[in-house]
Amino acid sequence: METDLQKNLNLDPKNNGMKAEKSLSPFQLAMRRFLKNKLAIIGIVILSVFVLVAIFADQIATHDPIQYNMTNIEGKASSEHWLGTDRSGRDNFSRLVYGSRISLTVGFSAMLFTVLIGVTLGSLAGYYGGKIDSLIMRITDLMLILPFLLFVLTIIAILERINITIFIVIIAMTSWPNLTRIIRATFLSLREKEFILGARSIGASDFRIIFKHFLPNAIGPIIVNATLMMATMIIIESGLSFIGFGIPQPTPTWGNMITEATNLRMLEGNPEAWLPPGLAILLTVLSINFIGDGLRDAFDPKSNY
Amino acid sequence: MQEKTDSKQEIGQKKTDVLLQVEGLKTYFYMEQDKVAKAVDDVSFTLKKGETLALVGESGSGKSITSLSLMRLIPSPPGKIIEGSIKLDGTDLLSLSEKDMRKVRGNDIGMIFQEPMTSLNPVYTIGNQIAETLMKHKKLKKKEAYKRAVELLKLVGFARAEQIVHEYPHQLSGGMRQRAMIAMALSCDPKLLIADEPTTALDVTIQTQILDLMVEMKEKFESSILLITHDLGVVAEVADRVLVMYGGQIVEEATAYELYTNPQHPYTVGLLNSIPNLESDVERLESIKGTVPPAHRFPKGCRFAPRCKHVMDKCYEANPDLLEKDSNHKVRCYLYEE
Repeated sequence: METDLQKNLNLDPKNNGMKAEKSLSPFQLAMRRFLKNKLAIIGIVILSVFVLVAIFADQIATHDPIQYNMTNIEGKASSEHWLGTDRSGRDNFSRLVYGSRISLTVGFSAMLFTVLIGVTLGSLAGYYGGKIDSLIMRITDLMLILPFLLFVLTIIAILERINITIFIVIIAMTSWPNLTRIIRATFLSLREKEFILGARSIGASDFRIIFKHFLPNAIGPIIVNATLMMATMIIIESGLSFIGFGIPQPTPTWGNMITEATNLRMLEGNPEAWLPPGLAILLTVLSINFIGDGLRDAFDPKSNY
Repeated sequence: MQEKTDSKQEIGQKKTDVLLQVEGLKTYFYMEQDKVAKAVDDVSFTLKKGETLALVGESGSGKSITSLSLMRLIPSPPGKIIEGSIKLDGTDLLSLSEKDMRKVRGNDIGMIFQEPMTSLNPVYTIGNQIAETLMKHKKLKKKEAYKRAVELLKLVGFARAEQIVHEYPHQLSGGMRQRAMIAMALSCDPKLLIADEPTTALDVTIQTQILDLMVEMKEKFESSILLITHDLGVVAEVADRVLVMYGGQIVEEATAYELYTNPQHPYTVGLLNSIPNLESDVERLESIKGTVPPAHRFPKGCRFAPRCKHVMDKCYEANPDLLEKDSNHKVRCYLYEE
């Protein structure tokens, strides 16, 4: 706090003793608070490593991740295969590297898609209220009472063959209700603010009020929830892949890798096959959650979780 | 009846002077269980060009709803303007389409709100918000709009307007924000400025500054002010004419001087007696007993009857009309009926 104060007191005698530095928007102020959060910075560093690995997977991987080799199955770690090979003789290290690409893509895209649906429906419900609100909220309630896992499993079972795109769509279509409710609640509280009435009183249209006055003020909750949601998405993808309802083999995902190691031989003898993907999931989700918590503290300093 | 036609002729003659003419305005709120809140019930008044008209009353008397009705910003549903006409410079605002109405808001009518802390959007700079209005209504380019914003901020008394345009609302104090609000409301040179309790949230020294500024700006921009307040001190300071509202109706209308020296309606008398006076030595200030009844449960007769000192039997039977006592004084009370 003291450093904050000192910065703000950076007075300029030429300027009637008023603060001289550039004015910061609430968003910039939040970012400044965020960058002071050590855990969040650690989260960003770890996540950046995974992102870099995902981007440069082609360069980092030593083998083709889906090339099977039946002469070398369930191999131990060696100089050729750093983390051994799986039940089909595929290189575990390369699968781990490419797995980061799938996990992060699925996590990010599913989150983006969910945010899109959630923000749109939440904005409409919160802004217009009345019948539109009731309709959207009843659909939301309906989605919320469906057991998520059972619902997703049923859809995936019906579709039989799924790929990454379909998988992302399915997850997003089932995860939007929570965000919708949060956005709606934020809009409802903003609706009572006088600057919204002020915007109307200078003749702004509905569209303009939603995009220029509501959404920028709701950016805090949106960013925080989107970040935390990305972590959830990665866990959902890994979990579904683990029980065989996720992205089908031989596409390398962390969940798939752990499934490959679910027998006693591998569990006891080849920890290098299942420990790294497990750690990768743990670290990614943990770092994203650190970032999310950091963002929440930054955007809403008054809340104390 | 004779008097009524006379007054109409008078209005007809002075047609060019009249900026705003509100007639028989009724704004009702439809609540659950078929309750109807008559927040504004048959309100008529005129506002002349260059005049400052004050709308006075307790909380719940319908003054804010009247002002929002003028802007057609009544939250609907549940609210609805069911009757009446609002003529601004000859155009009936109630017959305009929503799109045309948006052109009137901000351009012909500017509005200042009560709470300066929340009436500016926290995520945009002051300049951005003033420029938004200018770019929308005056079709100015961004650069010109910012230049005009700086001029306006200087006009409302900011010494360092060049910096203020780039600052965010959280960097300004309440009084400064209210100045910025005034600059925003005046940015398009509106014919009418509606100020909804502009000084209620400010401390007394700032109040005077803001009121002085409003009067100064009114003269500079040749606009009229509709001032909504519950502070009779504020009224005495700036208003030319005063409308006293009670229970969604106008109970007394007079010039400011006339109202203070010769109040007629028991409600107005009560209000004036409840203000501490430096000249007389009173042990205990008078108060009006009770509170404003909720808008869906007004009594059948005069709405003030249950709280009135001079209440008569007929007060409970029918609501009196707004009678014209003389040319600049109207009152809604049976006490003054011949």
